[in-house]
Amino acid sequence: MREWLYAWLLLLPATALLALFTHYPAVANLWHSFYSTPRGARPATFIGADNYRQLIEDPIFWQALVNNLWYALGTIPLSIALALVMAVWVSERLPGRGFLRLAYFTPTVLPMIAVANIWLFFYTPGYGLFEQIGGALGFGSHNWLGSRSTALPALMLVTIWKEAGFFMIFYLAALQSMSPHLAEAAAIEGASRGYFFRRVTFPLLMPTTLFVLVNAVINAFRLVDHIVVMTRGGPDNATALLLYYIFEVGFRFWDSSYAAALTMVLLTLLAAVAILQFAFLERRTHYQ
Amino acid sequence: MKLLRNAWAWLAAAVLAAAGGAAFAQGTVEVPFFYPVAVGGPITKIIDGFAADFEKENSGIKLRPIYSGSYQESIAKALTAVKSGDPPVTSILLSTDMYTLIDEDAIVPFDDLVKTAEDRAWLKSFYPAFMENSQTGGKTWGIPFQRSTVVLYYNKEAFKEAGLDPNRAPGTWQEMADYAQKLTKRDASGNVTQWGVQIPSSGFPYWLFQGLAIENGVNLMNAAGTQVYYDKPEVIGALQYWVDLVNKYKVHPPGIVEWGTTPKDFFERKVAMIWTTTGNLTNVKNNAKFDFGVAMLPASKQRGSPTGGGNFYIFKKSTPAQREAAFKFIKWVTTPERAAQWGIDTGYVAVRADAWQTPTMKKYVEGFPAAAVARDQLPFAKAELSTHDNQRVTKALNDGLQAALTGTKTPEAAMKDAQREADRLLRSYK
Repeated sequence: MREWLYAWLLLLPATALLALFTHYPAVANLWHSFYSTPRGARPATFIGADNYRQLIEDPIFWQALVNNLWYALGTIPLSIALALVMAVWVSERLPGRGFLRLAYFTPTVLPMIAVANIWLFFYTPGYGLFEQIGGALGFGSHNWLGSRSTALPALMLVTIWKEAGFFMIFYLAALQSMSPHLAEAAAIEGASRGYFFRRVTFPLLMPTTLFVLVNAVINAFRLVDHIVVMTRGGPDNATALLLYYIFEVGFRFWDSSYAAALTMVLLTLLAAVAILQFAFLERRTHYQ
Repeated sequence: MKLLRNAWAWLAAAVLAAAGGAAFAQGTVEVPFFYPVAVGGPITKIIDGFAADFEKENSGIKLRPIYSGSYQESIAKALTAVKSGDPPVTSILLSTDMYTLIDEDAIVPFDDLVKTAEDRAWLKSFYPAFMENSQTGGKTWGIPFQRSTVVLYYNKEAFKEAGLDPNRAPGTWQEMADYAQKLTKRDASGNVTQWGVQIPSSGFPYWLFQGLAIENGVNLMNAAGTQVYYDKPEVIGALQYWVDLVNKYKVHPPGIVEWGTTPKDFFERKVAMIWTTTGNLTNVKNNAKFDFGVAMLPASKQRGSPTGGGNFYIFKKSTPAQREAAFKFIKWVTTPERAAQWGIDTGYVAVRADAWQTPTMKKYVEGFPAAAVARDQLPFAKAELSTHDNQRVTKALNDGLQAALTGTKTPEAAMKDAQREADRLLRSYK
């Protein structure tokens, strides 16, 4: 009896915070999504699934969703692969590796808004950094953020640059904790470095990969700062991602109940992805 | 133990101080006041100075200026405060937020506060172009304070190099296209090193586009804010001209042109003529390393420009005493002398004609005639696009403009789509 009470008391602070800031808002959000947005003298009324019907007919919602899928597909594999390569490289004994690690991790430490402003300058047509490099090599000018075909890839590049260093830290920690006996044993057996990485290192990194993957997916659907600074969803919604659209509907259009319905879609999507990842990848993951 | 006793002593002192403060506050009216900062310069310092001077003259009023970020952040903060039941008494917000604030039942009209003949004369003293965005349904909901219009800035040195008269800006659309062709420079491999003209199209392209539409003969919406005219032939023609500058004349950078970097493009001589707000005047004056000119926008059927910028609003959830105090401050800060000084310090257009007759303003204009261009353009200026459900109706137009400028839709298709979307949104307000 006393132990039971003790356990709950220990859990209480975390539970209270989770309930207050995570579970209650989610439930309240679901509740609001079935009501109309109150405006001035007109109070909120129950409208059933009307917000969800509007969502199905909303072309910008679908475009934001498709954009977001491309964005996730484009950024997650590349930034994880890059993180892995960087981690393997800087975990070896080479001169100046402390400096290299720091350099790779710097993008993560910088504030997002500042980063976005720097990249905005890189992409500026005419005299931005990319233009100057391209101009020196004899290429013509290109308006990277100002044309529909390159705006989203340009944002993806910023994300990869920013995320890779962050994920590298996790891989680096995992690599450091790996026993050096494995490498020595493999060397004695005559395994090549590539073979060793493929059959030993990478499988042993699977728990980290799973963790990083879950984070990468969440981050891909959570991005909003870069867009606010760099494109504001333009040109013509080419860079509107789901969370940015929710922000726009909620805090620029002041349609809070429609924003609630959109949020439910995002929540469902993220929950589904997380469940899938844990269900399928868990089985293929080797924990020590 | 001593530490604890000390803590108690401190607490007691704090409670006493708070009680004393409350007793003192009973005699005074507190007026929280949100203001945004949208242009360069020591805005916060100027506003705090206004507040201190005002309190000196009106001992019963405690004005509390609160910096609230950009315009976008300010309206977000103000509306959130309204919803949580604790709004400011007065606030400077975009003039185009009027319908939003009315629909949220957040503000009161000024008509109930205007009582004396003097007040009525004051209300009539503002430029009519600025009042268009401040009145609807026969009532005045906002008082113009930091207002602007769109003007054309041009590089006089580039004009000379191209063999153009540096003292004569293009007066018509055709002239602007001709000038721009002469001003566009290309290197040996055909890459442009200096564009002729650029009109920014990121963020809020509708505002600059509105200049084109008004020049072509129509404004984009009705006065009641319930109808837009995106698909009128004149409007489609205006967009066609913009697209032609890019594709036909090839004198305007392709794709979306960033609003924020446009002045910098001008300083770097990447472009010879730019369209931007009068609010950038001080910025251009300080940073352009060449002789520059400021001119009214060129005409198609007529001259024209939208107005822009911020108005004072008074919020509904306030005591009558607070409203009176806020009203007193608004009248105080918009007197001719202060309106003139505010315009000189910031680059905003002084909002009333008699402000331009004050000695300070006359002297300023004499030394810097470019400052008067915006004033001279005011007779041709029209209300900025603003309707019910403003942000969404405007977004429909922004998306259409960007689609046409990036080449995904023809101007006609883009404007028809935008009209359809706006009609759908405005259905419930008719």
